[in-house]
Order: sequence, then structure tokens, then C-alpha cells
Amino acid sequence: MTVMTQETQTDETVLIPKRLAKARPLLDPSIVRRALKDSLLKLNPVTLAKNPVIFAVEIGAAVTSVLLIRDAIRGESGLGFPFQIAVWLWFTVLFANFAEAMAEARGKAQADSLRKTRTDSMARRVLSGGTTELLPASKLRAGDLVECQAGEIVPGDGDVVEGIATVDESVITGESAPVIRESGGDRSAVTGGTKVLSDHITVRITSNPGETFLDRMISLVEGAERQKTPNEIALNILISGLTLIFLLAVVTLQPFAVYSVAAAGAGHVPTVAVLVALLVCLIPTTIGGLLSAIGIAGMDRVMQHNVLAMSGRAVEASGDVNTLLLDKTGTITLGNRQAVELIPVEGVTEIEMANAAQLSSLADETPEGRSVVVLVKEKYGLRSREIAEQHARFVPFSAYTRMSGVDIDGRRLRKGATEAIANFVQQEGGSVPASFLDISDRIARAGGTPLAVADGGRLLGVIHLKDIVKGGMRQRIAQLRAMGIRSVMITGDNPLTAAAIASEAGVDDFLAQATPKDKLEFIKREQGEGRLVAMTGDGTNDAPALAQADVGLAMNTGTTAAKEAGNMVDLDSNPTKLIEVVAIGKQLLITRGALTTFSIANDVAKYFAIIPAMFAATYPALDRLNIMRLHSSESAVLAAVIFNALIIIALVPLALRGVKYQPRDAAGLLRRNLLVYGVGGLLAPFPGIWVLDRLLAILKLA
Amino acid sequence: MTSYGVFQVLLYFAVIAALTKPVGAFLAKVYDGERTFLHPVLRPVERLIYRLGGVRENENQRWTQYAGSLVAFSLVSFLFVYAFERLQGLLPLNPQHFGAGQVSPDLAFDTAVSFLSNTNWQSYSGESTFSYLVQMAALAVQNFVSGAAGVAVAIAMVRGFARQQAHSIGNFWVDLTRGVLYVFLPLSLLGALVLCSQGVIQNFHAYEKVKTIEGGRQVIPQGPVASQEAIKMVGTNGGGFFNANSAHPYENPTPVTNFLEIVMIFLIPAGLTYTFGRMVGDPRQGWALFAAMSILFLAGVFVAYPAEQAGNPILAKLGIETAPTNLQPGGNMEGKEVRFGIASSALFAVVTTDASCGAVNSMHDSYTPLGGLAPLFNIQLGEVVFGGTGAGLYGMLLFAILAVFIAGLMVGRTPEYIGKKIEQKEVKMAMLALISTAASVLVFAGISAVVHFSQGGYFNPPGPAIANLGNRGPHGFSELLYAYSSAAGNNGSAFAGINTNTPWFNLSMGFGMLIGRFLFIIPLLAAAGSLAAKKRVPATSGTFPTHGGLFTGLLIGTVIIVGALTFFPALALGPIVEHFLMHEGRLFSGLLTGAWS
Repeated sequence: MTVMTQETQTDETVLIPKRLAKARPLLDPSIVRRALKDSLLKLNPVTLAKNPVIFAVEIGAAVTSVLLIRDAIRGESGLGFPFQIAVWLWFTVLFANFAEAMAEARGKAQADSLRKTRTDSMARRVLSGGTTELLPASKLRAGDLVECQAGEIVPGDGDVVEGIATVDESVITGESAPVIRESGGDRSAVTGGTKVLSDHITVRITSNPGETFLDRMISLVEGAERQKTPNEIALNILISGLTLIFLLAVVTLQPFAVYSVAAAGAGHVPTVAVLVALLVCLIPTTIGGLLSAIGIAGMDRVMQHNVLAMSGRAVEASGDVNTLLLDKTGTITLGNRQAVELIPVEGVTEIEMANAAQLSSLADETPEGRSVVVLVKEKYGLRSREIAEQHARFVPFSAYTRMSGVDIDGRRLRKGATEAIANFVQQEGGSVPASFLDISDRIARAGGTPLAVADGGRLLGVIHLKDIVKGGMRQRIAQLRAMGIRSVMITGDNPLTAAAIASEAGVDDFLAQATPKDKLEFIKREQGEGRLVAMTGDGTNDAPALAQADVGLAMNTGTTAAKEAGNMVDLDSNPTKLIEVVAIGKQLLITRGALTTFSIANDVAKYFAIIPAMFAATYPALDRLNIMRLHSSESAVLAAVIFNALIIIALVPLALRGVKYQPRDAAGLLRRNLLVYGVGGLLAPFPGIWVLDRLLAILKLA
Repeated sequence: MTSYGVFQVLLYFAVIAALTKPVGAFLAKVYDGERTFLHPVLRPVERLIYRLGGVRENENQRWTQYAGSLVAFSLVSFLFVYAFERLQGLLPLNPQHFGAGQVSPDLAFDTAVSFLSNTNWQSYSGESTFSYLVQMAALAVQNFVSGAAGVAVAIAMVRGFARQQAHSIGNFWVDLTRGVLYVFLPLSLLGALVLCSQGVIQNFHAYEKVKTIEGGRQVIPQGPVASQEAIKMVGTNGGGFFNANSAHPYENPTPVTNFLEIVMIFLIPAGLTYTFGRMVGDPRQGWALFAAMSILFLAGVFVAYPAEQAGNPILAKLGIETAPTNLQPGGNMEGKEVRFGIASSALFAVVTTDASCGAVNSMHDSYTPLGGLAPLFNIQLGEVVFGGTGAGLYGMLLFAILAVFIAGLMVGRTPEYIGKKIEQKEVKMAMLALISTAASVLVFAGISAVVHFSQGGYFNPPGPAIANLGNRGPHGFSELLYAYSSAAGNNGSAFAGINTNTPWFNLSMGFGMLIGRFLFIIPLLAAAGSLAAKKRVPATSGTFPTHGGLFTGLLIGTVIIVGALTFFPALALGPIVEHFLMHEGRLFSGLLTGAWS
């Protein structure tokens, strides 16, 4: 069991908590400063070319500027208007750069704070003879053995091969409560940079310099390894295609205008500045400018939940998940089963049984054992007795006997699995009462675990150990169902018990008596039917399934094998977080879709602003399309360009935070988002452009 | 609008709606190779064709092979038609003795491309250019196979959605054969007989010279019209036997044949929506497309019809009666046939441009600006409102892919359509198809708007290309825009008022048609291939529902917005400004007097 908090959630019904412990303020001044600087650096056409939409704006801005300078040299008058156009076009590029830089700067700030902790500590390497030598941690290679004592920094990632210690992992997790690391089992992994607080461990290093978890974490949050995700690439193709279509529409507008001006015998062909302005207004600059910021911010949000996603692809895939495999223990139920009831067989009093149950559990340090003592104390008022004063010999639990107990005053008290105790009773010469099986069955059917208690050959009764479903789990599962995600509970329990817990938690399906192989096969079967599967895991035997799953969330407390197999690591080791990760993945995709829709819908208003303005002199009749009654041709074009630039900056917070996401079915989500971002995107620019036009008129800028 | 007119529109729509399911179910059976009532007669013929052609019926093709077969078939078709046209003087069934003189190489190219691409743009007058043999054996044959090829591509696209983890999307030769044999031949035969019974002519006579009642002399062309008329409609081809097309009394003699002809246009395109739903295993998906198309169709009719019925305000100001009375239809009757009136003409114009048919029963050039805007915009939307045979469905599927991709993200999943994830490949191909057609319209129209030809050049008479236009100002611009939209959209209807029988227009429009046909189909087949290879994700409550009203609305929005965003600037300088100017009392007179051919 981890020492850490099981639930970072405050409000159980909200999938993405509003306030996160580690969340930075959206507009942290130091981050903004850094982003401002970076947005200038990003003007470099070589890097900008990766973003075709904004690159097109930059070319437009450059062309407009060059023509402006040419005209200025020629001493032409009336250059105020093209000058303003050029300025706003450059601002459009800068705003888009700023959005991306903001998202990146947040990651970089985080990386910096991580880097500070990566002190170049010294390591004590164990040599073949058993002696140790001191060397810098950066010289360690995979396979080296090192010793760490209390107060020392673990020099590299590795597995504990000897000893047990408490470790402060706050560098990685931000959680100050120490965790236990011990050799063997599923809690053996330690991370370089964490600090040993007590005791002494020997660690086998598993990573080479520069490839440690901390290194990976730094490069991930910094975005150095950031690759465009498949959906992002597809979206980029769409908006680049639209850019091309608009380029065609605007470029061919020039000859059409030549024809029209000649035909009408009035007006003039729109200048290059105006045509560029129209082009920039039409191409999807809003989504083009914000697309990469959305992706980076999505990763960042996952990070703020203390989950380290190894790729953006994994975050995106989590939005697509159809089936969620949830481990029963620790995810759906609290880690420990609790004794809730003592059921004696006929002829045994409750007090007698309580007494025996207490005695047999006194030395049992497992949570289940302790819960028996607590129950007996609370329900029957039996205080726990000092063990020493009884002349007792304790029998520890073993996987072979599957029972534990105490020999005391000649009594042989035993507690354990029902079959094991039944065998024990028969060996002691006793018999198993008929009601015993009924009671055990009833408990199992109710989702509990029956734990039998015997006093030598006498079977006393059954303790009802119950799995406690976590608070709010039912609602969360219901939310998942509303989102179209099937939740499947994985448990080692028998089908009867599993079914009872499954129905209590409300999961759609369960896999009982699941071995790692069963899990793997289940995942493959689901994937074979076209579904995407997410799961959590921590043990080495989970690794194949974690690797097979589309989203594999490994627990940080888990083994190195598990962490390497998964594509995300939860630093809090809270398996319930899988649900949040899914929600973040969905939110990421929704944000992209919403801003794309918004961006395209915006164009309608811009046409109504610019087209009548362009041909005001040629075809005054077209002024009927000027439904916003804009002040002049120049103010109309400028207002549209300024609106187009400002909307990018206005939507930066939305891109970084993600749109509001409430778990519900797809039809409901779509209806809401279409209304907000589709219809909203259609209407919003009308008042926006109108207000800017008024301002320009008042300020006499156009 | 008159109540009779509105009733006619609604009756027409009701007939189409009623026919959609039976036709669609029949088509699904045919292309799935299931037994139909025609099998006892036609199945042996089908087998014989495969045996003669060396086609292995059960052999499936990858999308590349499928597209390759289509292109190869089209190339052979081109050579065949071109040769026929140029060599008609040496061939029989040519009572008027037309020869190569009537058909210049550029016209032959334009016409061959036009018919193989299901466009049927005609830079010529049928009755004064081509022999009966060319009309029948070259042009009408293409009417059958180009229509069937369109349906084949649509079916291949549908298979992309219906199949799972498949490498193939069907066999082009089999799809082509089945389409011609089970669908187009029987329907055309039936249609031709019915049309004949209503007065459409069918003969091989030489043109008749008659003395009119007034004593004048007139030449009345003859020919095998009915056999060509039926496939012209059913195959959404639209190339008329005569220059006047379905306005000609020998092609379309009565209001009854008129109604029948427009039913024939939408018959297969509407049916295909149901075929789609059935083949992907969810008829609701097909009905959603049907609903989107229906709404767009009705919207088009109820823009064009009122605009035409309202007529010209300048005439009204002069005190001329423009309201319908018992004795006259009122409104704008210029360029319309008296026997059809305003409602039937406007309905025909909208139907023929919703579909990529292009047959006309009235002259779109003479429509009011808004009345003319409706057909023009219909074409520019990509003719996805029922659309051409097959072309309408695969065009609408392209928009469905785009709609789902843009808005589908808003449900928080990688967009899916019919359970298939819409990813890079599909988006790329859809955009490629969209860009190609838009480019073809805008670039050629842009060049033609400003290009000047020098003395003695090959391409055009000297002077600006716009000298070929029949009208000035925005109206002339509309004529130009319409011509290239019609070519790229493979529609073939003419706004008219433009002489396109010069090498420049014949060649540029020919290329426009090729781009509109093949740079649209090939990317879509690529997308179909990619879709077929994917697994089908089971639908859940988290899946974007594509069968309800929400999707229908979204699809309509996508079609209109994409079309409007691409063409609004151009339209503003054509029909839109013309409309405003008309209300200011300005019209744009013709420059030539009926000199276009």
C-alpha cells in the first residue's frame, strides 16, 4: 500500500478538478515574459514554415511591408492604411507565436525547476568484492549496484535489490509524504534524484546517464521530444487545405475584379494589401495559431495531474478509449477489505466467536487482521489484550496453509480461507457444520470474502470481510457510461464475489479470477473488435498488458518493467486517475474541434465586412451586403483584420485551459458545442467587427 | 408562387421520396451480386460479358487497381469517341452528311471528354454537328457507361465503409457491367418507350423540310431521340440530342414528359442514399443523407421559383402585368417554354443542377439574377444534392467526412463515420478533391476574365476572351463563372450566352471536366481503400451519432459553408450584385444577337 493519499479529488463528481495542487496561474508573469521573447524568435520563417497557416500570414505580412516600403520610397501618399494593415498582419503572426510560446514556456518553467533538483550527486558503487567506491552519479551505467543510506540522494533510476527504506519522492511527485521502497515485489523501483530518509538499500541501476526518468521527464515537459500527434497532423492537413482554397479564392478575385472594374467603368482593382488582408481574415488563423498550443497545454494538464505522458499520442488516445480496465482493489474498492460482521455457526455464541477472532488476529498486522480487532472492539467491547501476558505462540500466515492464528493456553485458534479452515478442523478430529457452507456462500454472493475461525476441531464461525467501494465510484462509472466508455473490473476474486462488487460499483463487466494472461487476452479481444483499451498496472506481470493496451497508466510505485511498458506514469500512484486522464484526452480533442469550428464559422462575417468594402466604388450596390453598416471601406477591412488578430490572443486562455468539459453522451456534447462554437462563431464577429470599426472611426484611424 | 406550382414541387418530392427505398434496395442487391427479378434474363448475358472480357467475377481489386481500371476504361472511351466524331463522314447513319468539317479537333476533344466524364457540356448543336451514328454509338454509349462508372465509384466508396480490414473495394469491371446491364439498360428501355408514347420521336429519317402555315420554309431535324432521351436523364448526363435540349418539343413534348424526366434524374441518386444505408448495415445513415439532400433541394427550389415568379421589377414598374393570371403565368417567362410555365421550369433548373445532369428545359441565362444564382450555386456546392448517378453520393460522403472531422472532434473522440476513424489519409484525400475542383473553376475563370488573344492565334479570335460572352457586366461574368463551374462540376448545363466553341474554351473546359472528374474520384477511391482497411469501431453513446437531425443539420451547414466560402467573392461580382443592380433599375444587354451555338 502506498503511503500517499489515495484521492487527490475533492469533488468526486467532477472529472477534472478545477483547482490542482500544482497548477500554475494561467498568466504567470515570468512565463508571460518568457513567452513574449519567444514569440519574436519564432518569427524565423524556417521554424514557422511548420505551421502553414501562420506561415502564409507571415508571407502576406512581408509582401505587404515590402510594397509599403517601396511606395514610401516613391513618396506616395495615403500610406496610413496599408501601414496599419501591415502592422496588424505582423501582430497576427506574433499573437499566434505567443500562444505557442505560452504553452511551451509553462513546460519550460517546470523543466527548469526539475533541472535544479538534478544535482550531480556522488554514488557509492558496490564492487565485485563487496567493497564500495565513490564516483559521480553521471558515471553510473545500467547494471551497476549502488548503496544508499539515510540522507543520501538516490544516484539513478533502479530497482531495490536489498533492504527497505523510506524515500522522499517529492522531487518527482510533489508529494512530501515519504514512501516505502523495498526489494522484491511491486514496490522496488526507485527514481534518481529522490532522497532516502531512513534505513539502507542496495539499488541495481537500470538506466544509463541522460536516459533517467528525470531526464525523460524534463524533455517531456519541455516539449523537446514533442511530435505532432496523428489527429493534429490530420487537422493541420485540413486547415492547410482550407488555406489553399482561400488562396485560390483571393488570388482569382484579382482578375475577377479587373473584369468587374472594366465592366462597371468605376472604382479600382483592390490593392495587394487589401487582398492579403482578405486572405488572412479567411484562412483559419485562429485554429492555425492555437493548434500546437492546445496540444502542448493538453500534455501540461496531464502533467498537472501528476501524470507523466510519454507522448501526446497517448493523451489523444485516452480520449478515444472505449474500454477501461479497472483493477478492483485500489481502484474501485479501497485497498483493504474490512471485517463487517461475525457470523457464528449454530451452538456458538457471538461473544465466544468474537473472543476467538480477536485472539487469532492480534498478531495479524494485515489491514484485514486489524479490521477484525477493530470490529470486535467496537461491536463487542472486547479490548485488545497484551500479547505478552498470554503464553502464546503465533502462527504466521503462509501461502501454503492459507491461515494464521495463535496457540494459547492449549487452544489452537486458527483463522483463514474457508477450505483451509475446514481441512484444519477435520485434521483436528472435528466436523464441519452444514450451516458453515451456507454462511460462506452467502457472504461470497454478497461480494464479501468469508474468513473462517476455528478453535482446534471446533468450527466457530465466519468473519465477513467486505470490499468497500470507494465513495463516488458509482457516479464516476455512470459518467463513463454516459461518455460511451465501458468499464470492466479486473479482479482475482471468484466470479461470485466479483459479480457482487461489480454490481455494487455499477461497472459494465468484470473479469474474475483474472491472471495477467487473461488480462492480455481480454485486451487483445477488445482491440480485435475495434475498441481502444486503457488500463492501469504496477506489477511486472502487468507489463505485457500495459504494453498491449492503447493507454497504459503505470503506477510510479510500480516496477520499472511496468513503468516502461505503459505509456503514462502516475506519479501519485492513484489508479482512479485513469478516469481523469480519459477526460483530459477528450477535453483536448474537443478544444481542437471547437476552435476549428469557431475559426471557420468566423469567416462568414468577414466576407460581409470585406467584400462590399472592396468593391464599394466599383459596385456601390454591393453596399447592401454591408449589413454591419461599417464606416468606410478602409475601416471595414482594418476592423476585420484587427478582429482576426485579437481573437487569437483572446482565445489563448481557452486553448491553454481547454474548453469546459462535462461528461455526457456525444449527442449532447455535440449539440452544446455546435451551439457555442459553431453558431457562436458565426455570430460573434459581427458585433466584434462593428465595435472595432466604430473605434477606428472615432480615433480617425480609418 | 402559385398553389399549383407549389403542389407540383411537393408532388415531385413525394414521388422521389417514395421511390428511394425500392430503387435503393434494388441497387444494393445488384451490386452485392444478389439475385433480382431480372436475373433469369440478364444473368446469362452478364456471364457472357465476363467470359468475353476475361473478367474474373469474384476477383476483388485494391483501390489502385480499381482507379486504374476506371482511368484505363475512360482513356479507351476517349479514343473511341474521338475517332467516331472525326471519322463520322465515313460512317453510316448520316443522312445529313456531316463530316470532320463540323467537328474541329478541339471540339472533338471537348465533346469526348465531356461525355466520358458524365458532363455532357455541348459546345455544339447536336442537330447540326453529329450524325445519328455518332449520337447513338459514341455519345449515348458514354451516357450509359459514364453513369454506371459513377455509380461504381460510389459503391466502391460505400464498400470502404461497409468492409472491415479489407484490402479491396470491389471489381470495377463487374460493377460497371452490372450497372449498365441491370440498372441503366432496363430503365432506359422503359423510359424510352414511355417517352415515345408521349410524342418523343425515334427514327432515322433525314431532316424534314416543311412549309409552315405562314408560308415560310423550315428544316425540322429528326433522329433516334427517345432512346437517347431516357438515358440522358437516368444517367444524369444531360447532353441533348438537339441544341435546345429538353426545351425542344421532340425531346420533351408535354408537362407529363417533363415531370417524368425530372423524376428520372433523381431516381438513382436518391435511391443510392438508401443503398448506402443498407450496405453499411444501418438504413438510418442513408436516410440522414437523404434528409440533408432533400432540405438543400427544397431550399434551392424555393429560392429559384419565387425569384422567377416575381419576375423583373423593371417590367413591373413599366406597368406590365407580372402576376399570374388565368391567361398567363406571369413572372419571368423569358427563355421558358409556355407549355412548362414557371414552376416546372424553375423546378427543372434546380433538379438538373442539384444532380450533375445538365439537361435544361429553359434557358438559365434568361433567369433573374437570383433565379440563376440557385442553379449556379447548386453546381458550386459540388452537386451533392442527390447529385449525379454515384457522383452525388460520393460527393456527399466527402462532405460527411469533412463535417464529421471538423465537428466530430467536439465530442472528444477521434472522429468516426460509420464506425471508421477519419484520419490523415481521409482528410488529405477529401481536401485534395475539394481543392482540385475549386481550383479548376476559379483558375480557368480567372484567366478567361482577363486573357487577351493576339491576331492569328490558334486559341481564340483576337481580342479578349470575354468577347465570347453574350452579355456585359455582372451578367457576363455569371456566364463565364457558370461555364467553368459546370465543367468542373461535370454538370454540363450551360448558362448559355457564351460561345465556347473555340480552341481556348474547348480545351480549358475539357481540362476542367477531366480535373472535376478524375481528381475528385481518384482521391476518394484512395480514401475508400484506406477506410476499407480499417476496423469498424462499435458505436456507443460516446460515438458521434450520424443518423439524426443534428448530423443532417451539420452536414447541410458544412456543404453550404464550404461552397459559400470558396465562391462568395466570385458570386458577389456576378449574380449577387446583378440582383441589387436590377432592383436599382439596371440590366445588362446582350452584345451578340443569338450568335452563340
